[in-house]
Amino acid sequence: MSKLVISDLHVDVLTEEGPKHILKGVNLTINPGEVHAIMGPNGSGKSTLAYSIAGHPKYEITSGSVTLDGIELTELTVDERGRAGLFLAMQYPVEVPGVSVANFLRTAKTALDGQAPKVRTWVKDVEAALGRMQLDKSFSSRSVNEGFSGGEKKRHEIAQLELLNPKAAILDETDSGLDIDALRVVSDGVNRYTAQGDRAVMLITHYTRILRYIEPTFVHVFVDGRIVADGGRELADKLEAEGYESYVALAK
Amino acid sequence: MTTPNVAGAVETIASHLHPSPSWNVSDHPMPTGLEEIWRFTPLERIQALLSEGGTLPGLAADCDLPTGVELTSAPIADLPKLAVEPPVDRVAALAAARAKEVAVLRIPAEVELAEPIVYTGTCAGGATAEALVLEVGAHARANLVMVFKGSGSYAAKYDVRIGDGAEVNLVYVNDWDDDAVHGGQISLLVGRDARVRTVQASLGGDVIRLQENARFAGPGGEIEQFGLYFVDAGQHVQHRLFVDHNAPKCRSNVDYRGALQGEGANSVWIGDVLIRKAAEGIETYEANKNLVLTDGCRADSVPNLEIETGEIEGAGHSSTTGRFDDLQLFYLRARGIPEAEARRLVVHGFFNDIIRRIGVPAVEERLQEQVEKELTLAAQAMGEGQ
Repeated sequence: MSKLVISDLHVDVLTEEGPKHILKGVNLTINPGEVHAIMGPNGSGKSTLAYSIAGHPKYEITSGSVTLDGIELTELTVDERGRAGLFLAMQYPVEVPGVSVANFLRTAKTALDGQAPKVRTWVKDVEAALGRMQLDKSFSSRSVNEGFSGGEKKRHEIAQLELLNPKAAILDETDSGLDIDALRVVSDGVNRYTAQGDRAVMLITHYTRILRYIEPTFVHVFVDGRIVADGGRELADKLEAEGYESYVALAK
Repeated sequence: MTTPNVAGAVETIASHLHPSPSWNVSDHPMPTGLEEIWRFTPLERIQALLSEGGTLPGLAADCDLPTGVELTSAPIADLPKLAVEPPVDRVAALAAARAKEVAVLRIPAEVELAEPIVYTGTCAGGATAEALVLEVGAHARANLVMVFKGSGSYAAKYDVRIGDGAEVNLVYVNDWDDDAVHGGQISLLVGRDARVRTVQASLGGDVIRLQENARFAGPGGEIEQFGLYFVDAGQHVQHRLFVDHNAPKCRSNVDYRGALQGEGANSVWIGDVLIRKAAEGIETYEANKNLVLTDGCRADSVPNLEIETGEIEGAGHSSTTGRFDDLQLFYLRARGIPEAEARRLVVHGFFNDIIRRIGVPAVEERLQEQVEKELTLAAQAMGEGQ
């Protein structure tokens, strides 16, 4: 059971000109087994929502709360949030030169479980997870994300999602920059993860395209730092047809 | 006038950045610290390397030589005809003037050594000076590891002549005690189609200041120069590189990486590349990266590129100095990896690219140990700072 509850979340981004108010009271509850699509125009604060929940130092939570299974995440460090079961698939995964994918994954798994994974099964598990994302097993000896194409980086994120199997996952524009084949591969991975039935997923996206492959439980329209409309798949279809203009106009 | 200045460059100008080489100590006057080549150097701490005087002993050497490899000595007067080039600075000129003989290490042509030659030179305190000529015959394959230990001062003039088609890996581990002072010049001549890799690992000492020059004896040569250094409080480590692209179709790649910590830790990296008119079709890149672990450190990094022909494959350089990359730490920590462990991964990763190229397991382990030691020191320093 994994329940992610965001209550009246206000967040400032720290800029050189001083703090800038980005999130203006976000409320959202994701129950176990649910997939919530967060859709909004560029600059609406979608990524800020993802990064601030994960604890990125550039974002300051000024008020509100985020809990995962009752644990207050905002009081935890970045890695404590990870160990509490939160996972962020990043829009721009970071290159870490000289650190192999295998070493990175083993270190993460050890940190999450509190003990090293069994050597014999772990290597096979890693190869299988990479294989399901159509990443050759040679990727495990490559430096993390270094020299990966945009699509390979995204598939690597979802391989981690399946392998580390967190309680709750935030997918930040995982679909952007993917061709249709890669989009299917990534969506299949997310669907396998959600098929466990008790995981919480926040799917942040700019486009409706990925919702053809991942069935959302709810769709939320995100404009100017808050959720301005809720609905089901039909809301995504409406956005596809009409765009965000009417919501942006209302928010002004 | 639209013609670029380099169009009129005269081939006889070796480099605008380097003084004329000479065997005469008097051609290298005592520096004042204002000279371009001395402005980064703490002169008062290297007086032992700058002072004239009588003949000095060498290091206590320990080395097992494989069959076929010979180590002989020649009178010091023979050095000018054995060497690749004359000294380019006062430290090297004095090393040549004060060394008691020339050590000549010969790896014959077409010999392929399965095991690395490991040489350990120990300084027992006091002043030492040495001249070494390494000759690698055509099509030979060899790994040579030179480890320097102990305390005192060591002035060195090394000349390395690599035969056509040879493949050579030269690893220098400057593993000095805290009070040691090490300076000198290493001059490499890369034969036609030869492949040379050098690694400079500077781990200890009070001051290390090394000038490493490379040029080519013919087309098709390839040189990779890697370096890593750990500079702790009060230490000065200076690596000066000069690649002279004087032949066509050659390649060079310089990659030096360092970590600094503690009050007064100072690294200097000078990366000069000259591409002469004759050097058509060459490719060169040089990079220096410094990881600053605590406050109070200083990293000086100066890449220079002089280009006298545009008919090349590519030429570039980069230099970065900074603290931990926050994004890298965030990415690793977002996967549950604790901060200290994430820093370990990043620092090991930073140096791994160079360490894994050494190809001598014992040396690789020694350097990994040093990475761990530096991380422990840095963690303590950061803990105290809070």
